[in-house]
Amino acid sequence: MVESIPRSAGRAEDTPDRSGSRLWPRRPRRRSRRGHRYTLVPLLLISSNLALFLLFFVWPAVIGVGYSFTSYTGVGSAPFVGLDNYQRLLNDDAFYAALIRSLIFTAAVVPLTFVAALSAAVLLVSPHSRGKPVARVVFFVPWLISPIIAGVIWRWIFGENFGLVNYVIMALGGEAVPWQSNANLSLAIVIIASAWGNTAINMLMFVPAIKNVPAAYYEAASLDGAGSWAKFRHITLPSIAPTSFIVILLSTLGAMKEYALFQAVNGGGPGTENNLLIQYIFTTGFRRAQVGYASAASFVLMLLLMVIAVVQLVINRRKDS
Amino acid sequence: MDNLLPKKVWATAALWFMVAMYGIPVLWFLLSSFKPAGELFSYPLTIFPKQPTISGFTEAWTSFDFSRYFGNTLIVAVSATLITIVTSATCGYALAKYTNWWLRAFTICILATTMLPGEVILSPLFLIVRDLGLYNSLAGVVAPSVITATGTFMFRQFFLSVPRDLLEAARIDGSGELSSFIRIMLPLSRPIIMTLAIMSFQWRWNDYIWPLVILNDPKEFTLQIGVASIVGAENVNWSVLLGASVLSMIPLVVIYLIFQKYVMNADLSAGLKE
Repeated sequence: MVESIPRSAGRAEDTPDRSGSRLWPRRPRRRSRRGHRYTLVPLLLISSNLALFLLFFVWPAVIGVGYSFTSYTGVGSAPFVGLDNYQRLLNDDAFYAALIRSLIFTAAVVPLTFVAALSAAVLLVSPHSRGKPVARVVFFVPWLISPIIAGVIWRWIFGENFGLVNYVIMALGGEAVPWQSNANLSLAIVIIASAWGNTAINMLMFVPAIKNVPAAYYEAASLDGAGSWAKFRHITLPSIAPTSFIVILLSTLGAMKEYALFQAVNGGGPGTENNLLIQYIFTTGFRRAQVGYASAASFVLMLLLMVIAVVQLVINRRKDS
Repeated sequence: MDNLLPKKVWATAALWFMVAMYGIPVLWFLLSSFKPAGELFSYPLTIFPKQPTISGFTEAWTSFDFSRYFGNTLIVAVSATLITIVTSATCGYALAKYTNWWLRAFTICILATTMLPGEVILSPLFLIVRDLGLYNSLAGVVAPSVITATGTFMFRQFFLSVPRDLLEAARIDGSGELSSFIRIMLPLSRPIIMTLAIMSFQWRWNDYIWPLVILNDPKEFTLQIGVASIVGAENVNWSVLLGASVLSMIPLVVIYLIFQKYVMNADLSAGLKE
């Protein structure tokens, strides 16, 4: 404080003198000095991020595309094979199976996560519900738990011979359900586990969005005699549309690359039935060292994610207009 | 006024139903981890362990190199978090407070990284990290994971909300650009720093696929790989697995409980600002 006073006072004395006598010659020089400073400073500020971005994002993406046209194995030379990898990929049943399984998983898990996160957020914001502090903490615990541990938890609950769920079903007179040996049921468990684990973070995005809806809208609707559901449907949902869009987009991208959860729930099984895209890429690239082929699969996944993102953006735009 | 009570009842019931859905799996898991191996599978199942024991935990701790896994994971999570905060804060600040065409272009590039997750470029990324000599090292786990679009944009949004006058005043005072950033802007962004710290710590603590790819030597394993190796075993030893899983969760839960208000408040206050 003490230091700054004389300094600014000195400036104030200087200024009229400068602007009076040398307004024109001074200005361009000052601007150029500033311009220089404002190139160097931001460049310095982004330098670490820029370097990491180029090194660990752009560079691998570029050489990945390059490798996808070779039969590189990770060591030695990388013989150019043209579009061979892509042709092989088009005829690879295992790739299609992984792709379709990933799409099914995504189509199921995204709406489930969306509904769960939105309900949780609505209930946490609602003035009518009681016990919010406890609920807030409980909703957040699954987010803390890693996909591996979450997988272990759900595998434990849905164990075929020992699980809590089958125990309850049998106690109620039902028959034990083959949660692990049936591929679809096994996938269903991962879907539940994934929605369970991803609810909190999406809920966190919805809460401020819901709080931001102007209260006047609800008051006006109440005067018109609108019920809770009508208010939610016609006021809340349209108002939080931008947040919903982000939640859906990020959940979709997240679901398409799920791996750890599958690993822990069923190891991609039974057999290879629930090998999703990332596991397919991982297995071909690292276990079988077919780097070129795996890169082609990665590139197809990359295109797919871009298409998904663009389609969602377009739909979002169209809705806006 | 009459229909207020039912509304309260419905909303509360729905909230607690969801609490049960999210809480029971964890509770069942925790309670099971205190059961002795024999009791885990003995019917009828009981909610509370009849003979509570911590043998699952001790067995997990002794039969695996758990203290080492803990240490490794801690090194990865802490160093990645520190670097993430520094790079995200500086970059977010630059993107918010300066205008250049290349800054705008870089903003879009950063945004693109969310669209194209690291898993997509797994094998080429592995080759690069290997060629940098970081294979089988914790540095190799940390280095590619520190840039995050989420972190950068959290800071960018925050610094956008800081009035320009504050920066202009500092400039008039003759404060250099970097020193105003460090002395004025960075302290202001404390809530963002805390939020990103917890999020980054959680990401790195729970990371699985990248450490799995880059670490080969069991001495360098992180917790998630350690636990996954128990899951992947031919015959799963559930007593050890439950113990190991619960142990691996403890540090994160403790950190979350300490810094809880930052996670919840950061976004809640952002919502209240308008």
